[in-house]
Order: sequence, then structure tokens, then C-alpha cells
Amino acid sequence: MFRRERSIPLRGSAAALCNNLSVLQLPSCNLTHFGVVHGPSAQLLSAAPEGVPLAQRQLHAKEGAGVSPPLITQMYESDGSVMVYWHALDAGDASLVQAVFARGIAASGHYVCVGTWAGRVLVFDIPTKGPNIVLSEELARHQTPITDIATEPAQGQDCVADTVTADDSGLLCVWRSGPKFKLLTQIPGFGVPCSSVQLWQGTIAAGYGNGQVRLYEASTGTIHVQINAHARAICALDLAPEVGKLLSAAEDTFIHIWKLSRSPEGGYIEVEHCHGECMPDTQLCGARFCDPSGSSFAVTGYDLAEILRFSSM
Amino acid sequence: MSIRTLPLLFLNLGGEMLYILDQRLRAQNIPGDKARKVMNDIISTMFNQKFMEELFKPQELYSKKALRTVYDRLAHASIMRLNQASMDKLYDLMTMAFKYQVLLCPRPKDVLLVTLNHLDAIKGLIQDSPTILHQVDETFRQLTDIYGGLSAGEFQLIRQTLLIFFQDLHIRVSIFLKDKVQNSNGRFVLPVSGPVPWGTEVPGLIRTFNHKGEEVKKTEFKHGGSYVAAPKEGSLELYGDRVLKLGTNMYSANRPVETHMSAASKNLASRTQESIVPNPLAKEELNLLARLIGGMEMQKPSGPEPGFRLNLFTTDEEEEQAALTRPEELSYEVINIQATQDQLANDELARIMGEFEITDQSRRNASKGDDWLAMMDEL
Repeated sequence: MFRRERSIPLRGSAAALCNNLSVLQLPSCNLTHFGVVHGPSAQLLSAAPEGVPLAQRQLHAKEGAGVSPPLITQMYESDGSVMVYWHALDAGDASLVQAVFARGIAASGHYVCVGTWAGRVLVFDIPTKGPNIVLSEELARHQTPITDIATEPAQGQDCVADTVTADDSGLLCVWRSGPKFKLLTQIPGFGVPCSSVQLWQGTIAAGYGNGQVRLYEASTGTIHVQINAHARAICALDLAPEVGKLLSAAEDTFIHIWKLSRSPEGGYIEVEHCHGECMPDTQLCGARFCDPSGSSFAVTGYDLAEILRFSSM
Repeated sequence: MSIRTLPLLFLNLGGEMLYILDQRLRAQNIPGDKARKVMNDIISTMFNQKFMEELFKPQELYSKKALRTVYDRLAHASIMRLNQASMDKLYDLMTMAFKYQVLLCPRPKDVLLVTLNHLDAIKGLIQDSPTILHQVDETFRQLTDIYGGLSAGEFQLIRQTLLIFFQDLHIRVSIFLKDKVQNSNGRFVLPVSGPVPWGTEVPGLIRTFNHKGEEVKKTEFKHGGSYVAAPKEGSLELYGDRVLKLGTNMYSANRPVETHMSAASKNLASRTQESIVPNPLAKEELNLLARLIGGMEMQKPSGPEPGFRLNLFTTDEEEEQAALTRPEELSYEVINIQATQDQLANDELARIMGEFEITDQSRRNASKGDDWLAMMDEL
């Protein structure tokens, strides 16, 4: 059971974009950072344990020269205080009828992957010290715009998947990160965008535009679970890695929490429904667990100028 | 965001505008022949071929100001006049209605069905003019040609683009409050029952498979809503059952078109941001706007046909009162070239803007674009 905690007010309401909430917990300084996109700006705010807001900062897209701003990726310190890097893309090969944007971002080891409208995944190499971020590789497997990217810490062995990229056609590509990313397997789509994806212990959790959550074995791409989870498009998925809990949020105003496990007999993935919560009249756009044990989560909704928070009783 | 959104935005808002004008013309007992002329003139201007050509070009959405300017022109395409307060109210109703429709579309592609619902109804509003009917049918064909083949992902981007356009608008509309589709805080009610979108299964089922792809377990869970399966898919044919009711005419002769003017959104920070930052795209947008409106062939009120004023309120006093009490943050500003020039601190941009200077030539000699710009300055 979860109870509603104090909401964190936002200066601007959340935009109707998928995966529109990021949470970074810094247990060492007892702070949690939240990131929400409003429109042309992103809001970064930090809060103390009880959700007491401490600081809020707005980050804007850097204005480029010329009429059409070049596509840009911008990287900052985690509190948004300093921009450490920016990268402009050559949108020259975009046809006139395509919208140009970046979408989907995840970190794997010392790599940060960013997706683009053309289906490319840019891989940036982040050095441990110093500002020398370089574009290491451009993965060109997807043909439609990237929607989301998920990673999990490498398990040590060579062929273990640690990165998954998803796109508008529902295609999932499974990779092993490194100086040259290796494609391990592909999972075809079925005509519906895969809006959000997560990776946990070799299991891929994918949320789709038709409200389904599907779980796949990352190494083989085999489907193991299909959940008719929501009545509208899924906007966000998140994982609590310590306990294998999955959070799904959708435009149907519901969030659901699921428990992932391996069956004792066959070793295949199983899912159990734990909890459902309705946010009345709120089209959700982002949801995250606020701690790795999944005992609390936060949610954003379209037109809502606050972050809703819940914690278990 | 999506560069295919403008036609959908324009046609649906235009449709809502026609529903409201039609209702007010009847409520105000405007003589049949005048009402017919107004509706036909506006519809014909809206679906003019040149105008549609400009509209359907892939492009970013206009700013709210720019779009409002287009509807101002459109509403005055005939012998009818609207005061500022009535025009404001008309625009409020149009935008909130379409926002509601977009938000409640079961699947993103359904916004196309909403557009077709508007087109179907617009055809019903045309009287004795096969030419105008043909114009609308042409637009129908263009719509289905371009949008019929778009993927679910592209429609999702279009929907997100529309929702971002309508973000933070919470004007309360009487008819929505009465029908309980809008709450008293201005937010729309999102029902958790009814048919699921076409292509979605009713939530509640978990299916587990083994590595051979065989289903080994089936369990149910309590979703929380009470949904049923979708009956059938709406038709995209010229004539067909759209299934979806969103976008059909909700105004009958007896339902009033009131709005409540207390600004439900206290969030002013984002709006002031929009007006303070000088818009470096101002010139680009003006160019696009000029081309778009240049494609509108305005029916000049010629001959003995006298114009009339339409009031969106029940009395003239109400209209005056509304103009005085409209909250600052909800005032729509029609684009005024001079004001834009003053606002731009940047000398460089001001110089570019100077290219739009209006000379004192007689209007008869000026081109269509200059004609429009001159009229804008007089607003």
C-alpha cells in the first residue's frame, strides 16, 4: 500500500512527452534531483528527504545561429549549474517532411547514448576526469525515430547485453557497450511505438503505445510475458533494481507496480501485479522510483505543475 | 516536434469556429440569407485552394499570436463583424473544445477522425454551393492522402505537439461544466471506463510464455478501470461511420456558449517568458503568415449588402463588461507589426523588420501581402 506524500511544486507544468521525469538520488548528501521538461526548457530541482524543495533551475536550449537551430545535445553538472558539453548535429540529411529532434538518453559505463529522429544512436565517451567528451560512435540500426534507451551495469562477461534501444516502430535493438558497440539481437515491433524500455538482469521490459508491457529475454529476444497493462499508451517505465520491481505509467491515469522474478522450474521470467494507483484526470507523462528498493515513487502529468510523490506505508 | 500538425490544428479549430458562429447566427435571429452568405463566405475562404496549399506544406506550428491573427481574418471574411470581446470569447471556446478533443482521443490516430467529423459537419453547413462543397472534398482528399499513411509513432508526435500548443489553458466552458466533462478547476475529466482504443486490449491479463513461445500461464489482475473492447475502427472514407463522437457539433440552437473568465491557471511564469524573450523567428513567422493569409481570397463587402455585428454574449452590456474584466494573462494579442518592431531590442532584427515598412500608396496598387500588413497595423 502506498500513501500520498507532499507534492513538489514546479515552475512550469510538465509537457506531454514520454519518460518526462528523471530522478537522481544522491544519498551521500541526502538530496534527490528531479528533472522535468516543460516545453522549450527543462526544470531541474533538488529536494530534501521529505520532498521539501530546495533549489530550482531552468535549462534552455542553446540558441544556434541561423533560422533553424541546429539539433543540440547539452550536458550539465547534475545540479544544472554548469554546462560541460554541447553537440550540434548535422540535420542536413533530414528530408523536408521530417521533424528534427533528439529523444532517448541513457548512460552505460562511461558511455552516454542519445537517440535521434533519424533512428541514429549517438554514443558519447565521457572521461572520468576533465571535459573531453567525444562522440565515439553512431549506431545506425533503427529506421524510425528513437523513443527510449535503457542500460544496466555490465555483468562482466563479454556477450551480456547492457544496452537496449527502442524506436517508433516498436523495434528493440539489444547491444553490448564498448569502444565499438556490438549488436546482440533485435526484437521486431508490431506496428506500435515502444515508448519506454528498461533492462534488468538480462530481462527487457518494454512499454508500448497500445498499453501493453512485454518482457523479453535480452540474450535471445524471446518474449516471455505479455501484460495487457493499460488502456492507453504507456508513457514511462522504471525499475527498482534491488528488488526487481517494475513501475508502469500510462495516459490512462494509472500507474501499476509489478514484481519480476524467475520461475523455480523453468527459470523463465514471471510477473506478479503488486499495486495500482489512479491519478484522477491526469494524463501521466513520467514516473520513476525514488529509491532502488522501490519503496517510493514520483509521477508527473500533462498540464500538472507539480511532481506527485508516493511512499509505501 | 512534428511539422505536420498545422493543417490538423487549423481545420479543427476552424470547424469549432463554424459550429459556434452557426449557433450564434441562429440565436441572434440573423436573417437566413445573411447567415447563409456569412457561412458560405467563411467556409469558402477557409478551403480556398491557394490557402490550403500553403497550409499543407510541412512546417512548424505558428505561435498562438500568429494563429489568432489568422482566425481574426477568417471571421471577418464576410459581411459579419465581431468586437474584440466576442472574438476573444470565440477563440477561447474554439481552443478549449479542440484541446478537449485531442486529450480525449483514444489513440493518437483518432485526431484524424476528429478532423473528418469536423469536415463532415462543415459540408452540412454549406448551402446551395456545389463549388464550396467540392473545395471541402478536395481538402478531404489531401488530408487522407497525407495522413492516411502516417505511422502510429508519427501520430503520437502530432498529438504531443498539439498538447504542447494547448498547455496551461484552463478556461472553463459552461457547456463542458454542465456536461461534467470539465472540472471546476478547468481540468478535463478523463474517464476510466468505456471502450479501449482500436488496437488496444482490455487491461487485466498477464500471459506467460516459455522459451518455445508456448503459453504456460494466464493470470488476471485488477486494473482499476472498467473498460470494454473497442466496437470497430472509424472509417477514413469520404462517407463512412467515424465511430468517434469527438469533433461533432455539440452546440444546438438552445445550448448557450458561455465561458467563465476567472483564470484557473495561476502559472504566469511560463507565459511572461514567452513575451519577454525577443522572438528571433519573428521575421520568419511573419513571412509564413503573410504567405498564408495572402492565399486567403477575401470577399470584400461590395454592393448594397450591409454588414452586421455578431455578439457572442447574450447582451451588448455583457459584451462590454467582458471586455473590461478580461484578465491580463488571457488577453490575445493580434500581431501588430509596429509593436513587434518596438519590442525587438536587437538592432539587426529591427533593420530586417524595416523591410516590412508600409508606404502610403493607395491600396488598389499594393499587392495582397501589403494590403494585409496595412490592415494589421490599423487593428
